Amino acid sequence: MKPILEVENLRVSFPAPRGRVEVVKGINFSLGAERLGIVGESGSGKSMTGRSILRLIQRPGRVTADRLQFEEVDILSASDRQMRAVRGARISMVMQDPKFSLNPVITIGDQIAEGLVAHRRLPRAQVKEKTLEMLRAVRIADPEKVVKLYPHQVSGGMGQRVMIAMMLIPEPTLLIADEPTSALDVSVQAQVLDIIDELIRRNNMGLILISHDLLLVSAYCDRILVMRNGEVVDECAARDLAASTHPYTRGLLAAMPHLNETRDELPMLDRRSQAT
Amino acid sequence: MTQDATPASLQPPRQMMGRGNAWLRGLGAVLVSMAMTFLGLIAITFFVGRVVPIDPVIAVVGDRAPIEVYNAVRAEMGLDDPLILQFLRYVADVLTGDLGMSISTGGRVIDDLVRVFPATLELATLGIIIGVLLGVPMGVYAASHHGTFVDHAIRVLGLVGYAVPAFWLGLVGLAVLYARLQIVGGPGRLDFFYDGLVPPVTGLILVDSLLAGDMAVFRNAFSHIILPAAVLGFFSLAYISRMTRSFMLDQLSQDFIMTARVKGISERRVIWHHAFRPIRVPLVTVIGLSYASLLEGSVMIETVFSWPGIGNYLTTALLNADMNAVLGATLVIGMVFILINKGSDVLYRLIDPRARA
Repeated sequence: MKPILEVENLRVSFPAPRGRVEVVKGINFSLGAERLGIVGESGSGKSMTGRSILRLIQRPGRVTADRLQFEEVDILSASDRQMRAVRGARISMVMQDPKFSLNPVITIGDQIAEGLVAHRRLPRAQVKEKTLEMLRAVRIADPEKVVKLYPHQVSGGMGQRVMIAMMLIPEPTLLIADEPTSALDVSVQAQVLDIIDELIRRNNMGLILISHDLLLVSAYCDRILVMRNGEVVDECAARDLAASTHPYTRGLLAAMPHLNETRDELPMLDRRSQAT
Repeated sequence: MTQDATPASLQPPRQMMGRGNAWLRGLGAVLVSMAMTFLGLIAITFFVGRVVPIDPVIAVVGDRAPIEVYNAVRAEMGLDDPLILQFLRYVADVLTGDLGMSISTGGRVIDDLVRVFPATLELATLGIIIGVLLGVPMGVYAASHHGTFVDHAIRVLGLVGYAVPAFWLGLVGLAVLYARLQIVGGPGRLDFFYDGLVPPVTGLILVDSLLAGDMAVFRNAFSHIILPAAVLGFFSLAYISRMTRSFMLDQLSQDFIMTARVKGISERRVIWHHAFRPIRVPLVTVIGLSYASLLEGSVMIETVFSWPGIGNYLTTALLNADMNAVLGATLVIGMVFILINKGSDVLYRLIDPRARA
């Protein structure tokens, strides 16, 4: 399988009062048309990894890598114009909370169409048709009505489906989903992930699913990277997650409650033994 | 069943009628609330007029009149009637445009106001246009180039606008641009020989001269108004650009800005389409308040430039204890505030979908 994304020695740093602090410390991975999960605690650098692939880290943050190659594009040396041609059209990103990630004063229809119009000149009627079609693809029953609504008029689950429609309408080859369900009710989480999964398979896309939820990631991904303090500490196939022997992964797994729980107290990660 | 029997073709017009009614009802509500606010304003000026230690009878008869004359005039002026009756009479007078006589100008207050208010309106409007046209883009630019040299320069300019006294800037402007370089007109609205050449229609000389097609008067009026308007514009620019910058910085750190960037649209579109649109609502408030404060008449600027506006009129009236003129001018200023507030309320609803119920 030919990789679509190759990452070697990716580092992200931010200035702090005492020198720069690295939040991503030299990670490597490559990705084909597959589903890669990145899991880790808050602050492990997983979101920063996702954003640096789209070069969305603003000054004073700094991204360096030996290699950050998406298909034929060298992301770190691409011009702004080249980068804009990649964003949305070829790599897209679904963000955490539709309450904040959708523009409050622009209609849903206009926001979805914008991603398409930015990259392709199409007649108005066709843009409208594609927008409605995309909304149907994310299982919105009444798209003609929804395109006229504003984000505050729809629920969180529907907002996230709108977000997915918006990000997939230019038919990108890689989707980064950064905690796409953390802000949603448990009851709609699976629905949203099923939609992402279905569209990814149908269009033969690559997916990077960033989450703190081990079970969710193992259910929807082929391969998993476990990140901690800006480093990849464990890497395995999703179905082998339960069999992982890495102490940090084992610790995370052990800290999850089960339905038929018999333990009085859940174990916590013993950070002393793993301190670097 | 009867509803089902209604032909489908009749339904759309009905819906539209319903919407039209809702719109009319909205307008009605706005008008009623404006009327109530205005009544409150009249009540306040009325009671202020009664509370101040200026005797309106003595203002008429003088302080050497015998007590019989004093009492007779007092009765004639209706000051012995119950307060509520006096208030109703006052409301009726105000509604018919009778604001009493001014003792400092000797004319009717309403005539004075019709003369002085357009002068202020013209100056304030040009001032706010300058302030908005320069201040908003400067604020947006500063925010989108946060931390750069230009950002700092714009901030310093804003600070200067806060710190420099208006009268000083006005005087220096006159000394340099009028007295020395002769590129702008001097104090007043027009030079002598242009005065009274165009018939007053709106009272705004720039508009009246255009209506009369007299470009010479227009050019002269413009050369007179541009300096005071620029000084006022500079002060509102300082405020507007600072507020715009901080609103924009707030928006640019929002998640939906990153969403917009992810879509691959141009940075210019990210800034103006995604970040600027939401701030139009608070910006309307800021601009409205700035405009209202300019419409009160900047006493300093009007004095320095001998501008016959409401600020000048009000100050003169205050110094002469001319209560009718003071109350009349206060009513006009209050009304301007009410109108601008209601105007921004209506604009909110047009701009922000979340404010439409």
